[in-house]
Amino acid sequence: MTDRSAAETTGPDQFIGATPDNALRNAERADAGPVLAADGTPLKKSLNRALRLSKLRALMLIAPLLIFVVVTFIAPIADMLFRSVENNIVADTLPRTIAALDDWDETTGNPPDNATFEALYKDMYRAVEAKAHTRLGSRLNYELTGMSSLFRKSGRKVEDMGEVFQDQFEDLDGFWKDGENWNALMGTDSWLAAMEGWDTSDKKGQPPFEMRDGLAAMLPQTATAFQDYAQFIQRVDEKNLARQDPWALVYSALYNDLTSGADVSGYTGPAVAELQAAAAAVDGFETVDYRAAFVDIDEDWADPEVWKTVRLYGPNLTNGYFLNAVDMQKTPQGVEMRPENQQIYITLFWRTLVMSLAITGMCILLGYPVAWLLANLPARSANLLMILVLLPFWTSLLVRTSAWKVMLQQQGVVNDTLVWYHSTAVGKILDPVVTLLMNVVIGALNAVVWIWNLLSGIWGAVDVELFTYAALGFERLALINNVTGTIIAMTHILLPFMILPLYSVMATIPPVYLRAAKSMGATNWTAFWRVYFPQSVPGIGAGSILVFILAIGYYITPEIVGGTKGVFISNRIAYHISSSLNWGLAAALGSILLAAVLLLYWAYDRIVGIDNVKLGG
Amino acid sequence: MLDNQPNDGFVVFDRVQKSYDGETLVVKDLNLSIGKGEFLTMLGPSGSGKTTCLMMLAGFETATHGDILLDGNPINNISPHKRGIGMVFQNYALFPHMTIAENLSFPLEVRNMGKAEREEKVKRALDMVQMGEFGGRRPAQLSGGQQQRVALSRALVFEPDLVLMDEPLGALDKQLREHMQFEIKAIADNLGITVVYVTHDQTEALTMSDRVAVFEDGRIQQLAPPDQLYEEPQNSFVAQFIGENNTLEGTIQEIKDGIALVKLDDGSLIDAKPINVDKAGDRTQISIRPERVEINPDLGASAHTLKAEVLEFIYMGDVFRTRLRVAGNDNFIVKTRNRADQQRLEPGTQVDIGWLPQDCRALDA
Repeated sequence: MTDRSAAETTGPDQFIGATPDNALRNAERADAGPVLAADGTPLKKSLNRALRLSKLRALMLIAPLLIFVVVTFIAPIADMLFRSVENNIVADTLPRTIAALDDWDETTGNPPDNATFEALYKDMYRAVEAKAHTRLGSRLNYELTGMSSLFRKSGRKVEDMGEVFQDQFEDLDGFWKDGENWNALMGTDSWLAAMEGWDTSDKKGQPPFEMRDGLAAMLPQTATAFQDYAQFIQRVDEKNLARQDPWALVYSALYNDLTSGADVSGYTGPAVAELQAAAAAVDGFETVDYRAAFVDIDEDWADPEVWKTVRLYGPNLTNGYFLNAVDMQKTPQGVEMRPENQQIYITLFWRTLVMSLAITGMCILLGYPVAWLLANLPARSANLLMILVLLPFWTSLLVRTSAWKVMLQQQGVVNDTLVWYHSTAVGKILDPVVTLLMNVVIGALNAVVWIWNLLSGIWGAVDVELFTYAALGFERLALINNVTGTIIAMTHILLPFMILPLYSVMATIPPVYLRAAKSMGATNWTAFWRVYFPQSVPGIGAGSILVFILAIGYYITPEIVGGTKGVFISNRIAYHISSSLNWGLAAALGSILLAAVLLLYWAYDRIVGIDNVKLGG
Repeated sequence: MLDNQPNDGFVVFDRVQKSYDGETLVVKDLNLSIGKGEFLTMLGPSGSGKTTCLMMLAGFETATHGDILLDGNPINNISPHKRGIGMVFQNYALFPHMTIAENLSFPLEVRNMGKAEREEKVKRALDMVQMGEFGGRRPAQLSGGQQQRVALSRALVFEPDLVLMDEPLGALDKQLREHMQFEIKAIADNLGITVVYVTHDQTEALTMSDRVAVFEDGRIQQLAPPDQLYEEPQNSFVAQFIGENNTLEGTIQEIKDGIALVKLDDGSLIDAKPINVDKAGDRTQISIRPERVEINPDLGASAHTLKAEVLEFIYMGDVFRTRLRVAGNDNFIVKTRNRADQQRLEPGTQVDIGWLPQDCRALDA
C-alpha cells in the first residue's frame, strides 16, 4: 500500500496493509485525475486491452455450458412463459369473423348480423379443411364451457352449408362439376401446360397454382377462395389439383361475386360462355341465410355470450390466462372476480406460500441444533453425523416419500405404535391425564377463539371442530393425504438443504467467541444469543432461501402424500400441462410463481441483505 | 513447589492436576500462589501445560484434582461467567458482528449496567488504549495492532481484578509486539491489576513479568523474577530455554566448599557452582552464558581455562558472536561487546577461554 520500505521501519501506530483507511487514502489520491499508462493512454483503457484476451479465453471455456444452458434452460422457459400471454389461435383461425365483429354492438343482446355469420362460414370452412376448428374450440372452452362441442359440432356440418350453391351451379351446367374445368378457368396457360407435363409420380414436384391475370379483379372472392383451395390441396394435402373438385366455399364465393355485380361481359378468357350463363342465372338462385344455418346447427350461435367470448379473445395477446390464474375473469364489462365456487388458485398460491414458510421454519428449528453439533463435535463423531445427514441424499426421493406414506397412514407405523401404547398399562394410566390436558388446552384455545370472535363482532361462534377433536380422544391420527403429511415429508426431504449451509457457516465461527463472551460475564444463553447466533444468521439465510425456493416449486412429494388438501400450486401446473393441456394457464401460474419467488428474494435482499447469505466460509 | 516468594495468595493453585484422556497428566501437581497486582508469566514450549493452566483459571477447563482459589475462595465449581476474570485471547476474539464500542459495551450490558454509565466506561477504556475515535468501526476494519488494543481494553472495561492473557501478541509483527509489551505492562501497573500472561516467547516473558513460571512437562520448572531466572537457572531445561546458553557435558569429581570440580568428557577439569548435583560421580551439564565467557582471559590463578578453536566469527553490530570448538562441543558461543579495541578472530585461531567459577553452573544432565 504505502511505501514498503517505510512500512518496515514504522512504529506501532503506522497503518500498513490493506486497511479500509488506506484504501480511502488511496482513493483520495486517485481523485486527482485519470491515471495514464506509460504510452499516454488512460490506464483503464490499457488495462482493459490487456485483460481482453484472458477474458475471451475465459468466455471460451464457459461457452459450452453457456450454450447448453441457453438452449435447454433459458429458451424453453422463455417460450413457456410467453405462452401465458400468447393467443394467436383465435385471430389466425377466424380472421374475417373477428374483423366483422368490430361492427357488432354487443349491448343490444342480439347475435351479430348476417355478414358476420357469413364471415364465420368462410373462416370455419377453411378451419375445418385444416382441422384447426377443434383446437380453437378447446382454446375457447377454457373461457366458456360448451365452446369445444359447439365448434366440433359446427365443423361437421359447415361443409354442407355451401353445397346449396354448388348444387345449383352444377345443375345449371355440368361444366361446373369438374375440377379440371375450374383449373382451366382460374389457372394461367403456362401453369396448365406445366401441369400437363408434370410426372405425377413425383409428388413434391407439382407445379404451384398460378392465378390467371384479371380474375382477381373481376371475381375477387372466388379468386381468394380458389387460391386458398388450390394452395391447401397442393401444399397441405399434397394431392393432384387436376383430380380434385373445388370446395363448396368456392361456389359460394362465385355466387357472391356474381350477385354483387361482377362484370363478366368484357371477359374473353376460357369458359366465357359458361361464366356468362352463370352470371345471368344467379339472380334466380336459391340463397342461404347463414345465421339461420348456424343457429340450426347449434342454438348457441344465437347466444351473444358466445360471440362476446370470441371477440374478447380476438387479440393476439391476452391477459386472460393471468386473470384466470388469480381467480379473475374477463367480461365485456371488464375484469371481475370469478364466482366463489370457481376460485381455487389464490387459495392454492396462499397455501403454497404458507406451507413453504412452515416447512422452512421447521427446517430451521430441526436443522439448527444438528448443524451446531456437526460444527462442534470431534471430527469422528461429526463425520458419522454428516453421513446420517447426507444419507437421505443417496436415497431415491420416491422411496423416501413412499416410506413416509408407510409411516404415516391410518394403519401405518406411527398410528399402530400409538394404538399399541394406548393398550399398554402406561398408556391406560396416562391417557386420562393426557386427555384432560388436551381438553384444557383445547378449552383455552376455544376461549381465545371465542373472545376473538366477540371482538370481531361474530357473536358466540366457537370453533366446534376443536371440541369434536377433544371429545374423540385418541382416534387414529390423520397424518397423511393432508397438509400435515406434506409438511412432515417435505421437512424431512429438504432438511439437508438447511443443515449443510448452516453447518458450513457454523464451522467458520471459532468457539473462542463463546469463551470470550463467557469470560466477560455472559451466561451460556446470552453468549449464544448475542454472539454465536448473529454470526450464524447468514447460514440461516442461505438455508432458508434454498429450502423455501425448493419447497415452493415442489411437486412429487405433495403429489404423493398431499391428498387434496396438501397439494401445492405446482401440482396444479402439472395438471394443466399434462392433463387439461391448458398450457397457457399453466404458463401463467408458473410465471406468477416465478415472480413471487423473485419478489420474495428481492424483499429478502432489502431486509436482510444478500451479502449476509453464505454457503460457506 | 518452588514458590519461594511468599505473597498474599490472590490466586492459588493447590496441588492441581489435569488430564484430558484419563491416561496422561497434562498438568502435574501444580502449586502456585500469585499475589495481588503481580504480573506473572507462564512461559514454556507448546504442550507444556501452560495454556491448560490458564484455561482452568478462566473456567473453560476443570481441574481433575486439586483446588484453584481466587481471593481465598475455591472457584472450581463456579462457571466462567461468574468468575469476573478478564481475558485477552490469542486472536483477540473481537465479535465481528459488533462495532468496537458494542464489543466493549457487551461485558457491561450483561452486568445490567445503565446506558450512560456504559458509554462513559467504554469511552474511558478506549481512550486508555488511544482508540477513542474508532468506536464506530467494525473489528475487520482495524489493523492487527488496533484490534489488539481493543481486545485489551475490552478485557479491562469491566474492571476485573484479574486479567488473563493467552499469547495476546502472537499475531503481531516484531516491531508492534515489542511496543505493545511495554504498553500492556504500563497499563497493568497503572491499574494495579493482577495479570497472568501466557507466552512461549522468552523475551516477552523477561521484559514484562514480575515473576516467570517456566513450564515443561506439566510442571513448573522454575518460578522466579526474570533476572534470577536468567542468571540463576535452577536446572538445565531452564538454562537452555531462557536466553542463549553454552553447555558442556561432564562428571562431578568432587564438591567442596560450594565449588564443584568437574571433569569434562575430553578430560579437562573446570570449577563450577553446584546447583542441583549431589555427589561425586554424577553426570552434569555445565551451563555458561555466552557473554560471561572471556577470550584469552586474565582471571587470576584460581580460574580454569580451556583451549578452544575459533570456527566462525559473526559481526552483529552491537556484539560479535564467535563460535568455538570447546571440549568437543562445536556450538560454544561467545559474545563480546563491540569495543573499539576488540579484535576480530579469524577462523582456525587457537585461543584460551575462561570464566569466573560462579558464572559456571553445574546442573543436572
